[in-house]
Amino acid sequence: MIEIEPLGDTAIRVYFGDEISETTHNQILQFTAWLSIVKIDGIVEWVPAYTTVAIYYRPEVISYEKLTGVAAKVFAASSDSPQRTPIVYEIPVLYGGETGEDLSYIANYHHLTEKEVIALHSGQEYLIYMMGFVPGFPYLGGLPAKLAVPRLEHPRPSVLAGAVGIGGNQTGIYPSDVPSGWRILGITPVKLFDITKQTPVLFAAGNYIKFYPIDGAEFSRVKQLTAENKYKVKTYLKGEEQP
Amino acid sequence: MSTEIFKVIKPGLQTTVQDLGRYGYQQFGISPSGAMDPYSLQVANILVGNHPGEAGLEIAFVGPVLKAKRDMVIAICGGDFFPQVDDHEVSLWKSFLLKKGQVLSVGVCKAGARAYIAVAGGLDVPVVLGSKSTFLNGRFGGLEGRSLQKGDILKGNPVLRKPHRALHPSLIPEYNRKLRLRVILGPHQHMFTEESIGRFLNGEYVITPQSNRMGYQLNGPKLEHLSGPDIISDPVPLGGIQVPASGQPIILMAERQTTGGYTRIGTVISADIPKLAQAVPDTITQFATVSIEEAQRLYLERQILIKYLSLATAK
Repeated sequence: MIEIEPLGDTAIRVYFGDEISETTHNQILQFTAWLSIVKIDGIVEWVPAYTTVAIYYRPEVISYEKLTGVAAKVFAASSDSPQRTPIVYEIPVLYGGETGEDLSYIANYHHLTEKEVIALHSGQEYLIYMMGFVPGFPYLGGLPAKLAVPRLEHPRPSVLAGAVGIGGNQTGIYPSDVPSGWRILGITPVKLFDITKQTPVLFAAGNYIKFYPIDGAEFSRVKQLTAENKYKVKTYLKGEEQP
Repeated sequence: MSTEIFKVIKPGLQTTVQDLGRYGYQQFGISPSGAMDPYSLQVANILVGNHPGEAGLEIAFVGPVLKAKRDMVIAICGGDFFPQVDDHEVSLWKSFLLKKGQVLSVGVCKAGARAYIAVAGGLDVPVVLGSKSTFLNGRFGGLEGRSLQKGDILKGNPVLRKPHRALHPSLIPEYNRKLRLRVILGPHQHMFTEESIGRFLNGEYVITPQSNRMGYQLNGPKLEHLSGPDIISDPVPLGGIQVPASGQPIILMAERQTTGGYTRIGTVISADIPKLAQAVPDTITQFATVSIEEAQRLYLERQILIKYLSLATAK
């Protein structure tokens, strides 16, 4: 069951549970999919997160009372709707070196070789639970426990756009240069956020990311293509054979 | 027709193009941004005959010096800057004709923190994801995603409308160094000790200089968590009052992040956001709870006022 409460006077918070889980995540995806189908007057937008969805609305069009009623109905209707097949984005990563300076720390921390860390990190499909923090930033689930590392005691004032890092039991990619306390193990030449594009944000909640290691030459090639707007991120449907 | 309207002689402390914000993209991490004090921006627009949500210039603490490149009708609303046109003082909350070649010096703020300049016909900057607002951290929107710099040329679509429209003095807000903010408690009030909720509602909090378009850092009686400040990251609204491990509240403002990982004790109601946006460091703040019904009644009152003013000046 869901719980609904006000989030100030122009938003509600729909609460799906206590735990981060794929089950909760799927309920949230189905719920927001229904919201976009039924198009309720007065709703401005919604933001899905790990265990909650915020719905922003205009009280002059729809009251708090009415919106909570409608949201409960949408939830009831959404619970048995069919699920779509998620997309997996293949993200090339140059691991280690100057732009992945914490790779050796992560390897030492877990008594692994750098190669083993790369194999583990690029061997998973990571679920995008939600987007937030800065434009285009994915909150990912699925980091192997064997790769979890403590955050830096003193966060770096800035990491490069494209930096791939691990902080605690999370991994992720920074779309822009921001301060970060995560351990940086590599960098992707792919742009996760480009305001000049029709769809500025590459990822969406509910899809997956799979990293694959590349060398310096391939990094330069992809970076060049990206700069010329000619690079297209490879994708496959979850569960299908990888090409 | 798009034409050059202002040359920036001095940019001021942080002058940005803002409308009422960018909505529909928070689920991708894109902050709504927009005017910190939407009331002043809306009134400025209404006084020059624009749609209330048209983009204007948001000015913070120290205003710009702008040279008019053609005749236009403008209005300045918000904090008590002392704007001058060629060394003659001009009134706030009243539209006036600015002539080609004249120099507008907005001056320094004596009370309040921000003012808004609206130009009849609006500002001509690209509409990015449905809005003209500058998102400073995202480096897009407004004028090249940044605040104004010396030498910038601003474009607009100036139309000459009747000047000397003024807001009724009873509707001009007063800005002082004491602020009462009404909040709707939640969503994490159960994650604080009972004494902390009492301290929050009975204590006084001072706005610190660590305050900007993203958020206001407050300092006052420490708020204690029952089991730590961290939550599973979730969406944060305008006015959300976040309490990290320090126990000191941060109120999230126009350019907030879309999601956050700290407990939130409550949310400042929409009707009180404009006066919070005008608060300067050292302002003493007290919090009081209100019901959602009362908050929405105040919200609707404000909406109706804006609509009424628009209709009154459309004649």
